[in-house]
Amino acid sequence: MTVRVNGRTIEVHPNTTVAVAIAVTDVPGFAPLCAMGTCYQCRATIDGVTYRRTCLELCRDGMEVRTDGV
Amino acid sequence: MEFDVVVVGAGPAGIAAATLAAECGRSVCVLDENPAAGGQIWRRESNDWTDRFVRSGAVLQPGVTAFGRDGAELLTTAGRVPFGKLILATGARERFLPFPGWTLPNVMGVGGLQAMVKGGLPVEGKRVVVAGGGPLLIAVGAYLKKRGADVRLIVEQAKLSSAVWFALSQPSKLPQAIALRLQLIGVPYETDGWVINARGKDRLETVNVRKGTDVWTEHCDYLACGFGLTPNTELAQVLGCEIRDGFVSTDEWQETSVKGIYCAGEPTGIGGLEKALVEGRIAGLVAAEQSKRARAMFGDREYWRRFQRELERAFALRKELRALCPEDTVVCRCENVTLGALTEQQSWRSAKLQTRCGMGPCQGRVCGPALAFLRGWKTESVRPPVAPATIGDLLL
Repeated sequence: MTVRVNGRTIEVHPNTTVAVAIAVTDVPGFAPLCAMGTCYQCRATIDGVTYRRTCLELCRDGMEVRTDGV
Repeated sequence: MEFDVVVVGAGPAGIAAATLAAECGRSVCVLDENPAAGGQIWRRESNDWTDRFVRSGAVLQPGVTAFGRDGAELLTTAGRVPFGKLILATGARERFLPFPGWTLPNVMGVGGLQAMVKGGLPVEGKRVVVAGGGPLLIAVGAYLKKRGADVRLIVEQAKLSSAVWFALSQPSKLPQAIALRLQLIGVPYETDGWVINARGKDRLETVNVRKGTDVWTEHCDYLACGFGLTPNTELAQVLGCEIRDGFVSTDEWQETSVKGIYCAGEPTGIGGLEKALVEGRIAGLVAAEQSKRARAMFGDREYWRRFQRELERAFALRKELRALCPEDTVVCRCENVTLGALTEQQSWRSAKLQTRCGMGPCQGRVCGPALAFLRGWKTESVRPPVAPATIGDLLL
């Protein structure tokens, strides 16, 4: 499936978390620590909804992820 | 709809509790923040317990965070959940200690890197150093190696004698320990050591490791560093449950100080999988009013509570680790507060008020346990909501 991270389209396998999708696009400064929803370092906007813990969400085809703003 | 039993957390303890209560005929709902059941240890894994859970009729509601209570209703991000009995199985999280460079991209927890890999992060051919303390290091080191990572080093803060004694003193765990150790042939395993800094321009490039008077550099793509586990007691606290020595107090029936609220697994003591399963089963049976069957498991539970005490003793944090964090290193990542900025603060409360340390999104889940170790503070205060909630979640 494809998702867009900060406008850039990437291909991911099913069952990929959004945090991993962000990590593989090398977003500067993205530093997830716990990857289990407790540290809040992986926050991003998913499909217009802000403040999502991306390590707790799976990619969906066509998902829009933005790391600027939160 | 009101369920007889609501379980918060679908890790091993929550799965065991829900399964038994449902098998006894109760209506059971399990809430979990993750997209699937399994918690941390069974992330992306199916086994006899997860199969039995699915067959039991318990309803799983994934992607839901519980953050407070209003009377006999749990407040969650999926609305209010009325409950008859509540079982808290909120598990544990990693304990992090700050050190220079710990905020660099690709420095993660030990369970953290494993969770990322289980979430699709490619590690084949990537160089990884696994550091910190506790049996998780070996388990994750072996897992990463199996996934094709180039595990350069595993470095454990405990003394060699502690680690060896622990392995030998747990006969039930010895086969597993040996199997893991065999999987790690060729990977250097050092005790009595720790990572003293992580360096890199935009992301991690090297770490420096100290063992005694030796200091050396490892070039790596990922550092997985964590110092054991700390219990997720926040929801229990905001529900009014008594906390003793940092853990949720329960009686022999796994009931907390609040009638009708039970707790099982890591929040009552860091004891691993088997303790979580037996406490979960007891809580589920008691919630379904099957106390005789629950009582039959008390002996098993005591065995795993002894294991819990041995675990704590063998992997206790050494005082030398307090020197890992210099004054100019950030302790509170959410609010960017260095250890030096906290010099004049005498308590967690004053630190929060004066510097905003612990007042960010994670609500002190990372810096709280670190400062409890570094400064000896009691860092357990909570206010509702114990997870960020929207106005929409709070309405109705």
